[in-house]
Parts: sequence; structure tokens; C-alpha cells
Amino acid sequence: MRVVLDPLALHGAFIREIEAISEQNLLACNQCGRCSAGCPLVEEMDLLPNQIIRPAQLGLDTVVDSTSPWLCAACLMCEARCPKGVDLPRIMDALRQIALRRGESRVVAGDVDPALLAGAPQMAIVGALRRGEK
Amino acid sequence: MSAAGSTTALVVGAGIGGITAALDIANSGFPVVLVEREPSIGGHMAQLSETFPTLDCSQCIMTPRTVEVGHHDLVRLHTYSEIESVRRSDSGGFVVGIRRRAAYVDWDKCTGCGVCQEKCPFKVESAFERGIGPRKVIYTLSPQAVPNKPVLDAEHCRYLQSKWDMQAGRIPSVDKQGQPASPKCGACAKLCPTGALNWDQQDTLVEEEVGAVILATGYDLLPASRLPEYGGGELKDVVDGLAFERLLAASGPTAGKVLRPSDGAVPKHVVFVQCSGSRDPERGVPYCSKICCLYVAKQAMLYKHRVPDGEASVFYIDVRAGGKGYEEFVTRAQEEHHVRYLRGKVSRIYSQDGRLIVKGVDTLSHRAVEVQADLVVLATAIVPRVSTPAVAGLFGVAADGNGFLVSGDEEMAPVESGAEGVFLAGAALGPKDIPETVAQASGAAAKVLSLFLRRRMLETTAPAGEGMRAA
Amino acid sequence: MTEAGRAYSYFPGCTLATTAVDYDVSGRAVAAALGLELNEVPDWNCCGAAFPLSADNVMSFIAPARVLIAAERSGHDLATLCAVCFHVLKRSDAYLRTHSEAAERLNAFITEGDYTGRTRVRHLLGVVRDDVGWEAVKQRVAAPLTGLAAAPYYGCLLLRPQEEMEFDQAERPRVLQDLLRALGATPVEFPRQAECCGSTLVVSAPGANRRLSTAVVDSARLAGAAMIVTACPLCKYNLDQAQAGRPSPEQLPVAYFTQVMAAAFGLLEVAGPAFAVEAST
Repeated sequence: MRVVLDPLALHGAFIREIEAISEQNLLACNQCGRCSAGCPLVEEMDLLPNQIIRPAQLGLDTVVDSTSPWLCAACLMCEARCPKGVDLPRIMDALRQIALRRGESRVVAGDVDPALLAGAPQMAIVGALRRGEK
Repeated sequence: MSAAGSTTALVVGAGIGGITAALDIANSGFPVVLVEREPSIGGHMAQLSETFPTLDCSQCIMTPRTVEVGHHDLVRLHTYSEIESVRRSDSGGFVVGIRRRAAYVDWDKCTGCGVCQEKCPFKVESAFERGIGPRKVIYTLSPQAVPNKPVLDAEHCRYLQSKWDMQAGRIPSVDKQGQPASPKCGACAKLCPTGALNWDQQDTLVEEEVGAVILATGYDLLPASRLPEYGGGELKDVVDGLAFERLLAASGPTAGKVLRPSDGAVPKHVVFVQCSGSRDPERGVPYCSKICCLYVAKQAMLYKHRVPDGEASVFYIDVRAGGKGYEEFVTRAQEEHHVRYLRGKVSRIYSQDGRLIVKGVDTLSHRAVEVQADLVVLATAIVPRVSTPAVAGLFGVAADGNGFLVSGDEEMAPVESGAEGVFLAGAALGPKDIPETVAQASGAAAKVLSLFLRRRMLETTAPAGEGMRAA
Repeated sequence: MTEAGRAYSYFPGCTLATTAVDYDVSGRAVAAALGLELNEVPDWNCCGAAFPLSADNVMSFIAPARVLIAAERSGHDLATLCAVCFHVLKRSDAYLRTHSEAAERLNAFITEGDYTGRTRVRHLLGVVRDDVGWEAVKQRVAAPLTGLAAAPYYGCLLLRPQEEMEFDQAERPRVLQDLLRALGATPVEFPRQAECCGSTLVVSAPGANRRLSTAVVDSARLAGAAMIVTACPLCKYNLDQAQAGRPSPEQLPVAYFTQVMAAAFGLLEVAGPAFAVEAST
């Protein structure tokens, strides 16, 4: 596929929204890939963590539909090892927030497995809802 | 010495840069004082197996120069020495105090026969061998060392330590029969055919008056222990680039066989990790170390020559190959020698079941990858030598935030320091390869020669004693 | 160490008050055994369970801010056991220190007091290491855990980000190993000691969560561990659940570090089932 890069998009609303929510400079990422190399959830993700950032750097909001932010466990390994100090967990959360603002909840309280409600530490449920509920 | 000033040059550091500068100046007829803190000259180039992009044997191309400088009538070579003090002389030059450390060997008597080193019963870790092999307590850095005279490592010498303990009363100085006790060992002294061991040798201090100085103190590598997530400093089979050179070198501890440090087995898969600490403002150094892309390609090719059925993989972020013939060299590694290039910065390396698990990524194919290696080579960042800022400071030369020496004008006069008579060359200024180092060394030497020739001209055109200073 | 340094505000958090009460009970018992006074923060609320990563929503900091405000009244350091609470409170504290406008807005909103950033947020394991010291721990050991090969499992939130958590070196953590050695046990190094158990994905992506937890357990077993030691109720839950389908003899017991300490101190009644099994064999 070919995309006509819109110069306005490079300074446009999508980048500004991510940067406002995450307080991160997307351009600091040089796509070294270390985040993806160490991410424990890449096996399930459709896009690698560094692949999520690249279209965003170009102002393309296609990544909002990716499953990757919802598979992020916020383990913070990416941020710990990024040579440029990019706080990728915050960018992932910004993408989650944007996806929720544009669409539906990803975690619904009523759908939580009753076994979890009975036995799991409640911080798991509260944490999941805070991340995934509109 | 004339009123216009000394026309003797001082060169600090005798790696390939310092040697080149010294030879250029001495071959132009001016005396050179060459100071080197290691026991012999050659710097890191002496540790290399082959050089890129020619794959010349490093010793072979360097030895003619080390021998020439070691025998040159106009070169006063002070090895195992450091600059201790500097003051400006009356004529715009310097008077430097040079401390030569006690080697406990009288080099005037020593013939370089090597018996002491051969028969010394004790081995310690060798900094020159970068963890791959040991050295003896009395040692030369290599068989081709210039000068080929040994030094004795007092800290690890049984004889000296027991002698000093006895002198200090820490251990008894008489034996059970009441006879004077002997210090332990002393094998080297007993075997030396010329009686060159001198247990009472002290540091010596000499003063030299010089008219100009070239600082060529070279570089070091970031310690691998700064990279614990790569097992650096902990996993035996995770080594740095210079250590791998020692594995490749015919004069190295394995006679040029690539063997795993842990068990001596031949590694069938070697992984090279570029940018280990470089381009890492957060946890390493912010700059690019410039030479690693090329030396990794070189090392991967040499490995494939030695172990034709082995696999070599390189993790890189970019391949920086701007020098003459460099791009073609890397392409050869990839296309002809099938060195596998994977684009991505490695996250972590750990040991499992005797293999090294490398967690990496290939961003070009959008795949996180795991590679099982037998040996990992970290291309660790080039850093300034720890001792460089202090010696540079003695000459009024500053270091930048990364510890590299600052030129008077980085753009238009890189080998000039900005201070009169003080010039700079080589990796002490920043990471660079051998051709650039040699070119800068010759450039600095030319600046020195220009200064000396102007002084000579002033001397002949103006009456002496009228106080004219060299420009 | 003066007596003055031995009193702390204590924040149990929701999970320790209910589903992980064994962690709380063993924690209080070993703290008392070491002469540490834990004063529960009065009228505490949930820490929030997730460190807010979005900068444009100050209100998401209300929950941890209120806890920090309540803790400030005591004048002591705030200690907690739950790794998630520690992470949320510590980073919220760091965030509010560096974002004064957010702190001002929260202070305007919260009526019980003002956040001034006076309180130091700590984890009880750090308190034991730094304020008590391993020598004092060794002296308290009544039954050394000789022969216990225990894998120290740090998980994620205790360690990262290293500069903010101020807890241990994230790439080469040592505190659990040092504790285990002080208790006479043998720490087992294993590659996944600081890799994620799956965390809240237990709710939203259970398959992925199961894969991660299983990998941690298998890594510890491969390294020769007979037990996994943790400091987080969610890690414990995930690691226990990952093994639930396996036959008993193949399961690695997962214990809180406070339960391991309790066992070594001779306080078997709060050391939990991992040590009841040990005691009976």
C-alpha cells in the first residue's frame, strides 16, 4: 500500500493528542527495537511495540485499532531499557485512552470471569478496569 | 637549546598515533621524547589480529614502525612511565617531570631472553588479554614487545610481598632455627643469566625540556560490567571486541583458535551485539563509537574463515560504513560470507543449559527473535582512558562532557588544542579508526615541525638574546 | 539505628486486607519480631491499583494522593507490603513532586488535608534491608532454612523504573537473595526473576497471562528451585494458578517473603501452607 504523507498530519491532532496524554516526544524514538526485543507479550501482539510508534511518528492513526496496547501488561521492561528514555508504557496508555474515547470499553465489569471475582486479588480487577473501561 | 625555545618534541602515548607522530618528527631531524604508561609500545593496535578493511595482520604492519621508533637515534623512549608534572619553560615550551615506575628489572642488563617470564611459576589475569588468558607476574605484553624487556608486577610477586612483609614485621624474618628467612620464590632472579633482577629498584624521575607536545593517549572500552542485562562481567562467554581480537590473534592465548572462554569448545554460533553502550543517552554514552560496525564485520568474517560451518549473527541499529572501502567490506561480509545481519537492539542475554539466549528483534521483518549463541561479542562503547583528563589538564587541555579532549577549533583545526605548542591526535579526541588516527598524528607532527622551523628561522634572522619569542 | 527510626505508617491496601490477608498477617508478625512499629494509616482508601499513565487526567491521582495525605499526618515513613501499592504510591508521590499544578489542583479538591511531599514511601523489604540490617535479621533466626532452594521472584513493579522506585538495581536485584541468605536458605538464580507474571492480563487476556506465569514457574524449576518467593499478591496468584492443573508433587510452592521470614523466625503459625508442608515432611 502507498500512503500520501500529509505534512499537516505530521504536526496534527493525533500526534498532539498522544504527546499531551503521555508527555512523551515521539520523535525521540529511533526505532532501535529494543522495546520489542524485551517485551514479554510480543508472541500475542499483532504489532510490535516499536511498530506501534512508527506510524504515530508519521501522524498516521491506523494503530488505534491494534490489539497490542490491550496486550500490554505495563511490565515497564521497555521503558527500563530504552536508550532514548522514551516512556513507552505511557504511550501505550495514551493509545488505550484514545481508543476508549473513540470506541467501546475493552474490559467490561459485568463480563469478568466469576472465578476471578471470587479468588483473584482485587487489584487485578480494579487495575484491568481502570485500563480498559470507558 | 636556543633562546627561541626547545625543538625537542614530547609525544604522550605510544599507540599507533603517538608512534606515527614521533617518527614523522624524528625523521625530520628533531629529537622526540616518547612517553608510554604500558611496559611496551603499540597501544590497542598491538592487540588486534587483523585490521579492516584490508585484513592486514596488525602486528605485521605495525612492527616495522615500533622497531623503527624503538631504535631511532632521535627518539628517547620512556615506557612504563607517566607525566607527573608540567611547567612552562622560559621560552614557551615545557619542562615535564616523567615518573618511570619501578620494574624491578635493570633494563640495561636485561637481554630480553625471556627465561624469567617462562619460568615464573605464577599467573595472574592479563589486562592485555582482556580476560581470555593470563600472564606471568614478570612479563612482557607480547613476544614482539618494544622494548622487549619485562616488568615485574610487585602486587602479585611472592618474593617482593614476602620481603616487604618481613621488612615491616608483618611476618617473621627469621625461621624456626633462628636463621634469616628468605622471601618466597625468587625464581626469576635465580635464573636470569645477567643478574638483571633488582629487588630494590625504585621509581625514577627524569625531567625533560621540550618545545611542543602531542597528546595521543588513545581510548579504552566501556567495561562490560556496565551491561548487566547482557551478562557483561558475569557470563564468561560474553566478551568484548578486544577480547575477541585476542581469540583471533595468532599470538593470543588460544593461538588464534576461536574457543569459548568457559569450556574451550569451538563456538558454532557467535552473536555480535553492536551499540553495546553506545548511542544510549539513558544508560550508556550518547555518541556513536564509529569503528564497531566495521570491526564487527571484520570479526564475523574472520570467525567464518576459522569456523566455516559456524554461524555469525550481527544485531545492529544502523551500519555506519563511511570510510574508504568500508561499505564494500560490510557488503562482502553479508553477501559472500553469509554473516546474518539482524536489525534491532538486543534487550537481554542470559545463560541457559550452557548456551547463551539472546533476546533480540529484527525490525525489518517485524519479528522479535531469540537466538541461541555459544559466544557473544559485545561491541562496547569507546570511552576515553581514565588517566587522560588528568594528563591533559597538566597541559591546560580540557575534556568535554564525555571525557574526550577538546580541540581549539573542532571544525578547522582539530589537531590543535588552542594552547601554544600543545597538539592533539587520535582517539583521545573521540572514536576513530587507524587511518584517521595516523592522519591526525601526521597532522599534529606537521604542526610541531612548523612550530620548530619557525623557531629556527627566528633564531637565525634575529640576534639571540633580544627576547624574541617564537610565534 | 535509633528507636526513632523504627516506627512507620503502614498501608495494607485492599488486597492485603482481604484476599491476601496471609501476607498482611505474616508481615505484621515479622515486623514486630524485628522491633518495627507499624501504625496502620487511619481511614485509608484503595491506592488506585494502577499508576495513572495519562497526564491529562489529574483526578486519576485522587486515590493515591489521599493515602499520601493521610500518611503525612503521622510524620513517619510510609511502609507497604503490596508491590502494586508500593509502585502506585511511590510513583504518584514522585509525579506530584514534579508536577506542582497537579498537586495544587488535588489539594484544592481533597478536603482532608494537603499533599506536601513530606512522606517517604517505602517497601517493608527495603525497610528490613536498610533500617534493620541483615545482621539483626540473622540474630532473629530461630530455625535456619538450611537446604531450602528458593527462587527470588521480583516481578516488575517493585523494581521498575529503577530511579523512581529507589528499591534495588533493576537489572541485578539483590535484596531477596540477601534476605534468603540471612535466613539460611539458598537463593536460586533464574533468568525470569524480574520478568512479568502477566499482571492484570489475568482479567483481560488470560491465555497470554497463563503463558507468562507458566514460563516464570518453569524457569525457576529448571534452575533447581523448590520454592518461589515473592512480594506481590498478584504474582503469587498468577504463579499459583499457572500450576493449578499440575499434579501436586510437580507444583512449586509460592510464598511471600514475610512467610519465609516467619518460618525462619519460628513463627510457623503465620508462615503459611508452604512451610506447613515443609514441617510435616
